[in-house]
Amino acid sequence: MIDFFTTHAPVLTIVVFIFGALLAPVFGRINNSLSYYCALITTALSFVLSVYLLFSVYNNAPLEYLLGGWKPPYGIEYRVDILNSFILSVVSFVSFLSVIYGYGSIKSEIYEKRHPAFYSVYLLFIGGMMGILITNDIFNMYVFLEITSLAGYALIAMGRTRYSYMASFNYLILGSVGATFFLIGIGYLYMQTGTLNLTDLAQRLQGHFDTNVVLVAIAFIVVGLMLKMAVFPLHFWLPDAYTYSPSVISAAMAGTSTKVAAYLLIRLMYTIFGIQAGFSGINFSGIIIVIASITILAGSIIAISQTDLKKMLAFSSIGQIGYILIGTAMVNKYAFAGGLLHILNHAMMKTALFMVAGGFFYKFTSTKINDLKGMGRQMPFASAMFLILSLSMVGIPLTVGFISKWYIILGAAQSGYWIVVPVILLSSLLTAIYFGRVVHNLFFKDSEASNTGILHAKIPYSMVSSTAVLVFLCIFFGVFAYMPVEISLKAAENIIGAMPWK
Amino acid sequence: MIEFIADKYNFWIAIVLMMIGFYAIIAKHNLVKKVIGLNIFQTSVFLFYISISKVNGGTAPIIWHPEGHAEVVYDNPLPHVLILTAIVVSVSVTAVALGIIVKLYKNYGSIEDDEIKLIEHNEPELDSK
Repeated sequence: MIDFFTTHAPVLTIVVFIFGALLAPVFGRINNSLSYYCALITTALSFVLSVYLLFSVYNNAPLEYLLGGWKPPYGIEYRVDILNSFILSVVSFVSFLSVIYGYGSIKSEIYEKRHPAFYSVYLLFIGGMMGILITNDIFNMYVFLEITSLAGYALIAMGRTRYSYMASFNYLILGSVGATFFLIGIGYLYMQTGTLNLTDLAQRLQGHFDTNVVLVAIAFIVVGLMLKMAVFPLHFWLPDAYTYSPSVISAAMAGTSTKVAAYLLIRLMYTIFGIQAGFSGINFSGIIIVIASITILAGSIIAISQTDLKKMLAFSSIGQIGYILIGTAMVNKYAFAGGLLHILNHAMMKTALFMVAGGFFYKFTSTKINDLKGMGRQMPFASAMFLILSLSMVGIPLTVGFISKWYIILGAAQSGYWIVVPVILLSSLLTAIYFGRVVHNLFFKDSEASNTGILHAKIPYSMVSSTAVLVFLCIFFGVFAYMPVEISLKAAENIIGAMPWK
Repeated sequence: MIEFIADKYNFWIAIVLMMIGFYAIIAKHNLVKKVIGLNIFQTSVFLFYISISKVNGGTAPIIWHPEGHAEVVYDNPLPHVLILTAIVVSVSVTAVALGIIVKLYKNYGSIEDDEIKLIEHNEPELDSK
């Protein structure tokens, strides 16, 4: 039995989600809470499998799993190395905690009869992302990207306000355009090489980087994925999508979906585009670093002017995705490790922040920053968690936000991209400004008469506990950062060392 | 110049269709028209894939001579299979989009995105139906 799980672990991480998504509505016919347990068990199982995969590839060589026993260039291959098993663990952990959180929050935000469908679509959403992470076939990546996006549109549309439908529709149009760009890019790569397997593509593209076909392919894929990642000029779908979706979906999406698109770009940049070598005189990492810097600054500056807490957090997410890009584009071991650490750290921080925002919404049905005045006295525990997370976002030492910024700046200094250092420091300052505004409202202002419309007296235990776990981990991994740092440094060595330096 | 255009006519068709679709997505306010634009946009990519699978002098990828004595050139069947998947994806995206448009019409009584934004601006924060 154990043998079965260990040999088939790569494919099981996805199969459990597909089975869970099918079983959740069936169980929902009997009892709504059964579909909740179905989602809980599925995500827990996938987290156990991902952690098993992470430890197995950390200690041994990368795993290759052939679907149906077909050899790689012809069949679909799943390939697990440290980079993707690390992100697999992050995604499955965030999705697991979000399910626990959802037990309390979705009762007040989603109609009772939609709960089984919600869990089913949620499992498809996470399962699609696991598929993107684990597969080594570029067309399979496109299919999983569309699975997770389609599930995402449905989840956003389940929000409480009627504008949720419009937010979902805008995301649908832009997301489909992005995915279609990705498809065109795959078509051009296939035209040049005649293969879809990433390892095979990397070998066959050697010496073809000067052709227009490959350049066009790279341009289409990068723009398409940046649309999915919500990098600055292409971010218009994200703030509405995060603001008007149910709290649990804002939390889960903020922690997972844009990170997975970032992983896709990182994987393609390093394995097939050969960012290390550079091609035909184009400084690829320079372009990405400039775009990422603009994203970081623009996201932070727009976040300052927001009046809604969830929208502010959404714009902050846009800025933070820039850190991941900037770190991984520098082709430096420490910067890459910093960018990878930021995937974990930002997933924890932003998920927890959206969870706290969901808690405010649960109690007062409002997330306007002005309505949060004096909340420090009415909800001391939630406000204290918000304060810790804000400090972590700014990058105060002893929190996780500090670790990733430290490594990115270290890598920037080593590789000579000095422009990155002031950008990151300035962005920390801007982060302090917009979180400072909320913290000021929470703790240093008296509550106004207008915001006393309390909907629920007590926040459910499930919501508090899942948020508290994340806040605890924010501090724990900020103090004892050995484990994630070692894993990401080793992942960086594997990825960057795979190809010759420039 | 004429030859250059004529030789690559499959790319030109894909580009023209893609730009028509893209224009509809960007410029039209009617949501159904946006979805139609999206479909045209995706179809251009499908045609592009099908056209690159053509091999000069090739025929349909069916084994014509099982004994294997005649030399037959086949077209590449793989892009056709890929596009079969992409068409399924495109149809499901269209289905979800139309479902959302029905819900928007029930809630706002309009499917023009500028009117919906105006209604939302004037009377926000109503629970959805």
